[in-house]
Amino acid sequence: MDRGYHRDRVVPDALEAFGIIRASLADDDTRIDWRCWVSHYYDDHDLSRFGDMGRNAPDLWDKFNDWYQATFQEGSLTGREKALIALGVAHALQCPYCIDAWSQECLEKGSNLDQMTEAVHVAAAIRGGAALVHGVQMRKRNAQLSM
Amino acid sequence: MEAQLELPTRNAHFSPRPSENRFPSFNSRLARHGLHPLRATGIEVFQINVGKLCNQTCRHCHVDAGPDRTERMTRDTAEACIRALELTDAPTVDITGGAPELNENFRYLVDASKALGRHVMDRSNLTVLLLRSQSDLAEFLADREVEVIASLPYFLAERTDAQRGEGVFDKSIQALKLLNRLGYGRDPALRLNLVYNPTGAFLPGDQDALEREFKRELDRRYQIRFDRLFAITNLPISRFLDFLLETGNYERYMERLVNAFNPAAARAVMCRNTLSVGWDGQLYDCDFNQMLDETVSFGAPAHIRDFSPELLENRRIVTGLHCYGCTAGAGSSCGGTTA
Repeated sequence: MDRGYHRDRVVPDALEAFGIIRASLADDDTRIDWRCWVSHYYDDHDLSRFGDMGRNAPDLWDKFNDWYQATFQEGSLTGREKALIALGVAHALQCPYCIDAWSQECLEKGSNLDQMTEAVHVAAAIRGGAALVHGVQMRKRNAQLSM
Repeated sequence: MEAQLELPTRNAHFSPRPSENRFPSFNSRLARHGLHPLRATGIEVFQINVGKLCNQTCRHCHVDAGPDRTERMTRDTAEACIRALELTDAPTVDITGGAPELNENFRYLVDASKALGRHVMDRSNLTVLLLRSQSDLAEFLADREVEVIASLPYFLAERTDAQRGEGVFDKSIQALKLLNRLGYGRDPALRLNLVYNPTGAFLPGDQDALEREFKRELDRRYQIRFDRLFAITNLPISRFLDFLLETGNYERYMERLVNAFNPAAARAVMCRNTLSVGWDGQLYDCDFNQMLDETVSFGAPAHIRDFSPELLENRRIVTGLHCYGCTAGAGSSCGGTTA
């Protein structure tokens, strides 16, 4: 099928004809067969389906989960500080799911918009710096190649 | 105003919203953990809501309180509350509103409760302490060793004012300094606790961590001290429900509450040891049910004039979808987390 459809433009009848939805298109998302339903790459509902990743490799998922949970426990760093780091990393990775989740987590842990904005600047500065420092390599290569 | 008043009723019966059926009923979730039907275990907190009059109009207020509200407890009902209190061993009287101090019977309720040897808590919005008509209020509270539970959603003006109104933060700081000068937050007999409500569609974080943060920041910035911070979840009713619906956050917020259901928090919900009296003498399981007009039920007397400790102490609790707000994560109550 054409996977370029925007979800809102696809009429229910057509979907049923393709066997994509099992019943009528209601508000209940569980009726939709997601195997055939990829109209765009990022969907905010997917965040709540993260747990589906445990279905075919539960042991690995459990290990990831345990490690993940342990990582964000209060330690030498507070939970709030860790959430700000995570928010910065989320921006460096440009992961919309992570930005969504960690913006909320930062607010819940009591951070304010000034602090969150500074965390994003830290991430952006490191990304910018990382690009710029590679300029040294460019300069070395230039020196090597040039007369 | 009319629309605001309609909301609780609509919410009380949970009339269909587009995908409301997605959320399992609260009772079914209780049943899964052997907690259905939820029952009271006694009356330890006798909570009196004296009415909806308030000098503020906060955006999240579950009472829908404001300066234009006329619902207020009369002397007759206040006296009936004291007569009922006398019939119980409830050690704590929790007076709330609106701004409860603006009710002409507030001081009577404080004095009469103290005369019965009960500990009294005043849920204060802080700014009321600065009103000209209330110039002796702070001293009144201190003289009687009334515990002050004060609302302060954040230690910066921007977020506090966004929720509670322009200029509220500065006045709140002034009021907290006044309470500190009288010994609140310093003298163990003068307890000053803060209430933290999230300033948006998110849940409160760890209460102890937030308390450490607030203590550090309020001391560093304003030299203010307090005892405990209570982190309270905003329940999806009244004005906060309006906000959730208007901003498209309702579904996701409910999803978070439902997914974060914690049976330990459900076992410790405040309605099990609290009785809530409305401004007109109606009895409720909690202040939230009060705003939804859901009186106590299942054979328990629903008005203060029919008060009977025996019929109320072990009453079955009236529940709804909003109850997920008290059982999410570490739980939420008028005294902060429960689990």
